[in-house]
Amino acid sequence: MNYFLQQLINGVTLGAIYGLIAIGYTMVYGIIGMINFAHGDIMMIGAFISLIAFLVIAALGVTSVPLALVLVLVCALFFTSAYGWAVERVAYRRLRGSFKLAPLISAIGMSIVLQNGVQLVQGARVKPLAPVITGGIELSGAESSYPVTLGWLQIVIILLTVALMAGFTWLIQRTSLGRAQRATEQDMGMAMLLGINVDRVISMTFVIGAALAGVAGLMVTLYYGVVDFYIGFNAGMKAFTAAVLGGIGSLPGAMLGGLLIGLIEALWSGYGSIEYKDVAVFAVLILVLMFRPSGLLGKPEVEKV
Amino acid sequence: MLKVQGLCSGYGRIRVLEDVSIEVAEGEIVTLIGANGAGKTTLLMTLCGKPAASAGSVTFQGKELLGMPTWKIIRQGIAHSPEGRHIFPRMSVLENLQMGAQAADPAHFKQDYERMLDLFPRLRERLKQRAGTLSGGEQQMLAIGRALMGRPKLLLLDEPSLGLAPMIVRQIFDIIREINQKDGMTVPLVEQNAFHALKLAHRGYVMVQGRITMAGTGADLLADPSVRAAYLEGGA
Repeated sequence: MNYFLQQLINGVTLGAIYGLIAIGYTMVYGIIGMINFAHGDIMMIGAFISLIAFLVIAALGVTSVPLALVLVLVCALFFTSAYGWAVERVAYRRLRGSFKLAPLISAIGMSIVLQNGVQLVQGARVKPLAPVITGGIELSGAESSYPVTLGWLQIVIILLTVALMAGFTWLIQRTSLGRAQRATEQDMGMAMLLGINVDRVISMTFVIGAALAGVAGLMVTLYYGVVDFYIGFNAGMKAFTAAVLGGIGSLPGAMLGGLLIGLIEALWSGYGSIEYKDVAVFAVLILVLMFRPSGLLGKPEVEKV
Repeated sequence: MLKVQGLCSGYGRIRVLEDVSIEVAEGEIVTLIGANGAGKTTLLMTLCGKPAASAGSVTFQGKELLGMPTWKIIRQGIAHSPEGRHIFPRMSVLENLQMGAQAADPAHFKQDYERMLDLFPRLRERLKQRAGTLSGGEQQMLAIGRALMGRPKLLLLDEPSLGLAPMIVRQIFDIIREINQKDGMTVPLVEQNAFHALKLAHRGYVMVQGRITMAGTGADLLADPSVRAAYLEGGA
């Protein structure tokens, strides 16, 4: 029971990170119907920026952990937003309206550019970061055979994710920008006819998605303590799987899918074999595509006209 | 108010509009009638920049519109309620109206919104409902209401009667007359329902295969034997 509880805690933490990344996939797909394969690499950029920011802040003599965290978070948000904006501007905007595969291929190219760019500048070796947030709450009694801990870091990750998702949901449901995004997603031509600058809305979509991925990058850096130029690929694919599982295009679906993928990965690692955790996750992708391609919370195809 | 001169446009290599010139004065309802595929919808869409015109000029209150992106054209004070209504199906009625006001000054929202609900009382009952679940007539009312929320000076209406029951069609035409007479709204109106449209309009144009072939007052066109033969016989 204790073991299961521990895996559950680990799974939810992982799921939070995947969910944050998955939102970016699903939002972009919803609005312009493409899979942004460079999105995972934006997360990787966020991880590197966090790492660098931590080192710089430490070198500047900031010793307060909460202050350092906030500063790093701001850095990660700012730079990944800029990357997200630039990727769309450079690689996708001009291809809008061309055949469907063009932006997809461009996205794969962009992913390779980002990976190799970071590899060139930062080197191919794994970069470690000393643990910033340590310790946690012991949930089981001292006499228990298998101790269950809820790390402070896990608490930070889960709470931050919940706060970001709440804020994000509010943005989409209640603000003028969110309304414009939903309108653009449902009928881009009509949104234009109402005076919406659709290019700007799409830019903002990439910026928001990238910012969330940037926070996920910070979490990955803190959680695993190591980063390299390739982490975006694997995490990106899993987040994409999460988005498909939840129903691509559906925002609550991305959050739910992320959580489920995190749990599947953690439980499989705990009870099956840790070497095959990725197999389990991608088997889910295949099964979903075979039996429920619209995902768990996918939109109904038919609308009354 | 709106002046179109020598406009040519089409989709890719297919030319639809050939040298179209029309004029709409402030406070007028001007209808454009013609058969399916004549290019009426293409004309309205070209005015809004999509598809882009290949030649000609479109001036609105003395300002050239061609070359502007669609959203900027709309923000000059033009609203377009397109063929097929294009309401946002997964947004509520209220949100659809809010989308219409996106290009307008937010300070007017409350007032305009109350006015729309007075104009279309059916929408008041359905404010929170998803727009995709409305009936066809309600959707058309929502589309017009949404267009008016932007406080346009010019309202482009494309086939507002399409697929609606005769009673609803009459209601919609009454409302067009009302916003024209009460608010002085200028309305270029594209219609298949030539009889109703010509009765309502101050002036009209007839379009055949991408060209304007005839122009005149609504009453003149209604009386014209060739118009009667082509668009009205058996149809009224």
